[in-house]
Amino acid sequence: MTETTVSAPLAADGRIETAVQRMRRHRRLVLALRLAVLVVLIGGWEFGVRLGVIDPFFFGQPSGIVTKLIDWTENGTSIGPLWMQIWVTIYEAGAGFLIGSAMGILCGIALGRNQLLSDVFSIYIKVANSIPRVVLGSIFIVALGLGAASKIALAVVMVFFVVFANAFQGVREADKNLIANARILGASNWQMTRAVVLPSALSWILASLHVSFGFALVGAIVGEFLGAREGMGLLIATAQGSFDSNGVFAAMIVIAIVALLAEWILTVIENRLLTWRPDTTVNE
Amino acid sequence: MTAIASPSAVALKNVARRFVTPSGDVLSALEDFDLTIAPGEFMAVVGPTGCGKSTTLGLIAGLARPQGGEVTLFDSPVTGVDRRVGFVFQQDAVFPWRDVLGNVMAGPLFRGVPKDKAETEARDWITRVGLKGFEHHHPHQLSGGMRKRVALAQTFINNPQVLLMDEPFSALDVQTRELMQEELLQLWAQAKSAVLFVTHDLDEAILLADRVAVLTTRPARVKSVHTIDLPRPRDVATLRYDERFIAIARKISDDLREEVLRARAGH
Repeated sequence: MTETTVSAPLAADGRIETAVQRMRRHRRLVLALRLAVLVVLIGGWEFGVRLGVIDPFFFGQPSGIVTKLIDWTENGTSIGPLWMQIWVTIYEAGAGFLIGSAMGILCGIALGRNQLLSDVFSIYIKVANSIPRVVLGSIFIVALGLGAASKIALAVVMVFFVVFANAFQGVREADKNLIANARILGASNWQMTRAVVLPSALSWILASLHVSFGFALVGAIVGEFLGAREGMGLLIATAQGSFDSNGVFAAMIVIAIVALLAEWILTVIENRLLTWRPDTTVNE
Repeated sequence: MTAIASPSAVALKNVARRFVTPSGDVLSALEDFDLTIAPGEFMAVVGPTGCGKSTTLGLIAGLARPQGGEVTLFDSPVTGVDRRVGFVFQQDAVFPWRDVLGNVMAGPLFRGVPKDKAETEARDWITRVGLKGFEHHHPHQLSGGMRKRVALAQTFINNPQVLLMDEPFSALDVQTRELMQEELLQLWAQAKSAVLFVTHDLDEAILLADRVAVLTTRPARVKSVHTIDLPRPRDVATLRYDERFIAIARKISDDLREEVLRARAGH
């Protein structure tokens, strides 16, 4: 093999060049194919409707969805301006996400660090976790009313358990050697939590945050389904009530964009926080 | 024969340490264990694998309690993690999320030293272990030998009077290990701490130590203690070819081999 020839830098350069080119070509191909899949799916849907194979009454129509979105942005929705609905849902999901994950991290670390606490409470957390939490939405609406509070509460409940479970596990998985080392170096319990336990649990916690923003969004939207005066969930419920399937799809797209944006922000934060990890830059 | 009244940095008297296995049996790691280390003395401990060498270190460090007997540091019983003790682990125990400077500073900061003073000290130690210029590298960017240097600096910065080392160089390649052994001897000559160095490598034990203790197979006792009267400073690279070294090694290795064979027969 020529791989062993050290005295041929030109040839090696040439090989690297082609490798780079091949990679670029591959990337372009993937991009083109992705676009093609999208065009085929959306185009097939649109043509299916036009040819009468798909009933737009039930399944909507891409052009109809686009028209709907334009109409909403220009003239507002039936329940008020579109940006207002988006903002309300983001606010509810965001607040629920922040409160829920803060509570989850605190409880996870407290129970992970304290054997007695975890022995006492683990059974209750297991039970609470097995309840379908969406059902709690009805109780929150009754107790907290139609405003944002009931949706935030539901989002908190949705987020809490995921983050809690991960924070707890992350604390338990902290390297025993690192803990012993920190103790001998002179760390107090609090210093240990801050300097060893929290950083080692951080990658677990951040992983759970990705999933849980999605859950917060579900909590907010289901809450709005169940009873609200504004928000994307109410917009979907209204569209459903008037058999407007394009409206449902349009709202879905808006929500998907919100979720993707949140995911992107979380990834940026994660990479910022975990620079010490050897594999973060390789990813992507 | 040493006088009983002589001061000791570390003393284990009739120490027993037992574990309950998941199946409910009692496993005895140490039984009637006696060992004394004088202040400033370098003691190495060799023994068959899994005989309880690391357990001994854990007891002295205050990470675990004995079920019987007494462990003392400078003649007072060990009741918890003691500030006079330093510990270098077999595996990497440096904090992966802190850079070299942060790792070396950790001990003084935990112990309440002001930040700027801790940083000055840490920079001094980083220079002493030859890592100048790497202050802001993270552990995953360093080689195994460099990470060990960080661990040494992290430990020595606390000025330990008793230094416990659990096969610290076993994961390194031969050349790096030799360099680290030399470096350790230099650091120790300045720090003058009592060292308990656990290893499975008899050559390493003889090269470094004033005395070498051979442990029996589980439950571990001290089988014999050999005084290594090789002059210091020692040259790690050439000493192993010295006749006196070879004579000592032959004597101790007979002792050790007996235990290794017994350990194997016991399985």
